[in-house]
Amino acid sequence: MRELLSLFWSFFKIGTFTIGGGYAMIPLMEREIVDRHHWLERDDFLDVMALSQALPGIFAANMATQVGYRLRGTLGAVVAVLGNILMPITLILLIAVFFRKMSGNHIVESIFMGVRPAVVALIAAPVFTLAKSAGLTWRNLWIPVLAALLIWLLGVSPVWVVCAAIVGGWVYGKWRQRKEGRE
Amino acid sequence: MIFWKLFYTFCKIGIFNFGGGYAMISLIQNEVVVKNGWLSANEFADIIAISQMTPGPLGINVATYSGYTAVLNAGYDPWLGVLGAGIASFSLLLLPMLFILLTCKFLQKHKEHPLVKSILSVLRPTVIGLIAASAILLITPDTFGSMSENPIQLVASVLIFAGIFVGAYHFKKSPILLLLISGIVGLILYL
Repeated sequence: MRELLSLFWSFFKIGTFTIGGGYAMIPLMEREIVDRHHWLERDDFLDVMALSQALPGIFAANMATQVGYRLRGTLGAVVAVLGNILMPITLILLIAVFFRKMSGNHIVESIFMGVRPAVVALIAAPVFTLAKSAGLTWRNLWIPVLAALLIWLLGVSPVWVVCAAIVGGWVYGKWRQRKEGRE
Repeated sequence: MIFWKLFYTFCKIGIFNFGGGYAMISLIQNEVVVKNGWLSANEFADIIAISQMTPGPLGINVATYSGYTAVLNAGYDPWLGVLGAGIASFSLLLLPMLFILLTCKFLQKHKEHPLVKSILSVLRPTVIGLIAASAILLITPDTFGSMSENPIQLVASVLIFAGIFVGAYHFKKSPILLLLISGIVGLILYL
């Protein structure tokens, strides 16, 4: 019980004190999970992190699920995820309630007329910063360009684009395996 | 029935999301704005801005806010909006969590498998395309202004976009700071 509580409390802190999305949580997670509670060794932590990035879903929740599961099984996973999202959900709901009441307010509308183009810029920036870590080169540049064009111009759902990428990657891997087998 | 639709939609978004919060924006945008029309482009941009300034994962915040707003826009009570918010974020987590719990041990062993690696080598660049598409789709006459109706807003929006992009990409400034600056600029320009 005590371990479940400290699991909850750790992920509650991680969820509450990190602004700016999942990856901003990494330093605090490392401090809580590795340095403070010694729930995982440092290289274990890196393994869990790599897996959380590769798996579908929300990075922070994937981390919480895996750490919780390793400690206390399924119940541990649920407790860690709940701790992680409790504060963010409560806060955003409060904001949603009040923000809707203020929409139409001239001051709020002026602020957001300035903020909206900024949001687009904030989404555009990671396209270029992530390019390196995604292994983007001139040879595979066609992949993101094609994906963006399909979604933007043809209105294809990103779900199908992701499916196509998984199937494409699988076929590519099989083809490479066969080629290596022959050589 | 909007609650069932929220559940189904956010389950789908959860399991097809690879590559972090920004990639998820594309999926949520497609379902919530383009397909179901639960939110306008303006509302969606506002939600992202607010989600960036509050704690927690971007995807969870956007789902919570979208669920609440979608139910209210459909004409229900605020209390049912809270239910909608809960359903949206719960469904977003459900399938990935089940997947991890069922395959936890297997995954640890096989994450170095060459097939897994080659799938990821295609998925990662694809996700970049997803993020690019969601940025392009957010450039609308609503969010930026239009040449015919409000050319001054359009010019101001393009300048804000360029400035914030340089701040984020080149100077690596925090999103919160950049959003605060753009809000103040908006206040000065439009009030």
